[in-house]
Amino acid sequence: MISRNARIAWLLLAPAAVLLVAFTFYPTVATLIDSFHSTPRGRRPAEWVGAGHFQTMVADPIFRQAFVNNLIYAGVIIPASMGLALAMALLVNARIGGRAFVRLAFFTPTILPMIAVANIWMFFYAPDYGLIDQILGLFGMGGNNLLGMPGTALWALIVITVWKLAGFFMIFYLAALQQIPPSLLEAAALEGASPAQRLRRVILPLLMPTTLFILINAVIEAFRLVDHVIALTRGGPNNSTQLLLHYIYQVAFSYWDTGYAAALSVALLAVLALIALVQFGVLDKRIHYR
Amino acid sequence: MTRISLTRALLGSAALSLAALSPAFAQTEITFFYPVQVGGPLTEVVDGYVAEFEAQNPDISVEAIYSGSYTDTTTRALTAARSGTPPTVAVMLATDIFTLIDAEVIAPLDEQIATPEDQAWLDGFMPAYLASARLDGHVWGAPFQRSTAVMYYNKEAYAAAGLDPETPPVTWEEMVEHGKALTIRDDAGNVTQWGLGIPGSSNAAHWLFGALVAQNGGQLSSEDGLHTFFDSPEVIGALEYWVSLGAEHAIHPPGVLEWGTTPSDFMEGRLAMAWTTTGNLTNIRDNAPFDFGVAAYPGNPDPASVLGGGNMYIFADASDEEKAAAFQFIKFMTSDELLADWGIQTGYVAPRDGSWDTQALQDYVTEVPQADVARRQIAVSVPEISTYEGQRVNEVLNAALQAALTGQQTPEAALTAAQAEAERILSVYRD
Repeated sequence: MISRNARIAWLLLAPAAVLLVAFTFYPTVATLIDSFHSTPRGRRPAEWVGAGHFQTMVADPIFRQAFVNNLIYAGVIIPASMGLALAMALLVNARIGGRAFVRLAFFTPTILPMIAVANIWMFFYAPDYGLIDQILGLFGMGGNNLLGMPGTALWALIVITVWKLAGFFMIFYLAALQQIPPSLLEAAALEGASPAQRLRRVILPLLMPTTLFILINAVIEAFRLVDHVIALTRGGPNNSTQLLLHYIYQVAFSYWDTGYAAALSVALLAVLALIALVQFGVLDKRIHYR
Repeated sequence: MTRISLTRALLGSAALSLAALSPAFAQTEITFFYPVQVGGPLTEVVDGYVAEFEAQNPDISVEAIYSGSYTDTTTRALTAARSGTPPTVAVMLATDIFTLIDAEVIAPLDEQIATPEDQAWLDGFMPAYLASARLDGHVWGAPFQRSTAVMYYNKEAYAAAGLDPETPPVTWEEMVEHGKALTIRDDAGNVTQWGLGIPGSSNAAHWLFGALVAQNGGQLSSEDGLHTFFDSPEVIGALEYWVSLGAEHAIHPPGVLEWGTTPSDFMEGRLAMAWTTTGNLTNIRDNAPFDFGVAAYPGNPDPASVLGGGNMYIFADASDEEKAAAFQFIKFMTSDELLADWGIQTGYVAPRDGSWDTQALQDYVTEVPQADVARRQIAVSVPEISTYEGQRVNEVLNAALQAALTGQQTPEAALTAAQAEAERILSVYRD
């Protein structure tokens, strides 16, 4: 017999459980199953292909390039956007003139939709008459086709992403900074700690829970944000801005190769799961929660 | 008591909504997906056409659904078809035909032809545009919003360079000569005006390259969509010419020119000659601060351009009544008068000779003579590259074009590798 309490508990949990199963667990399992089957096409139904898609993936030069690009992309974006966010938060937390205005200015990129942002940046990056190339031209370094050359296109996208994410992360740092009890900083000052020591010994340790939260978000964003790739380069030139999620989208919805796209999704899922394990397993132990 | 009245209220409202749902007489309902790919308030224009059609055909009701870009429309229509609720009619790319047939989602259009009038309507399309809808002995779609690639050139820059603004280049050599005269450098050696720009970004490179290949006497894909010829001498030669414009003659901006900014590159004076679609005519006419011309493409030796745009398709899962209603709707949407009006509103090329005889379109051509260049060029235009798994094959080609344009690979090496990859993709379909 199930007790009345347990029944009510299950009933109350049911809506959330149904949503989780329908939109998270079932698609995950279905993707896993699909990744071992060929893509059904009108005249040919899906067949079991075992690890066939995964062998294709290992040999697929575009997948390898997307993987490397994504590592560079994440490796730069995560520290750069977090460092910038912290610096901006420290700045607007201090008593400076026009603080509200600066805060708004830093936050503005966050509220703009990525597609709109990308369309603005397309003209910033336009060769010769674009804003950035005009500034470079003042120093005799004009004539750059930043989005149109394989050597610079990925970096051009990285700059946009950092610009967009830093303001968002700043808000979390700012909130955390304002939670730090002034008495701790006063005590440190009385003990003769320099501003650098106060930052390193008092502020940063107290920000660690927020830093972990932001880090997790930054990792997700580094693999999730591809809107500007679609709007600006579509992975070109010659796949130099191809990212994993964009490649999955292309394979699934441009090429309609759903079996291979499922296998690519499983690979991305594995990478993200691995990162999450490291984050929670290792970093969590070293964080001081109040 | 309250419970009973609640039940009654529920029953009552259900009966009411049933009554509202069943029409006064038998009406065929069809859904219509359409993309908007160029600027302007075009959904209103389409809604106006639909209202007019419904007024003429009270037994048919059309639900017109704006479905984003071409790619979005195809994605939506295929997704809807797979989940069992396809649209009845949709405007999709002419080059999607192999994908749509392979997925078995569309029905042949010519099955609906019953009367001599229907046949006359079908014969009224320009053969060049109808060719892209023919496969396996059937016609699968009706040409609707069709375009072709043309060259826009800055007449003031031509005059300033000592060239005749009324004689744009007709051969590849002339285009290089004009380009050299039009390329201007400042004292520091920076280019302030490039002679020529051909967009090479992934959403356009394969399309415009098709024109270069046709000018060089080659073709990119076979009519049956099963073969590509990326490593043929004509195709390699076309890419070598494109690369040489920047690398050797220094009249083309380095790297990959972005399709989206090409019209503004032209209007800002960065490019003196620009290759893009007729669909940009209205935009450039409204915004260019200088006198410009529209030229047909040059040749090596024979001029050629490439066709583009969308056809209207009927979906296979519709009932016979719905298909008949959809056919009725397609005939309305592709009548001479309507296509003429659609061309004027958008800049698309009306794909029927009859449309160009209408008063409306003749008046428009008198006012905007540039609009007529596209029509005159159609006779020497070739279909866009179209194969099974079209988008994937296009992407293979685009990556190769970009590798050559950015100097990562030679045209020959890039295209040979692309041909091998295209073979791997297409060989599956040759059974």
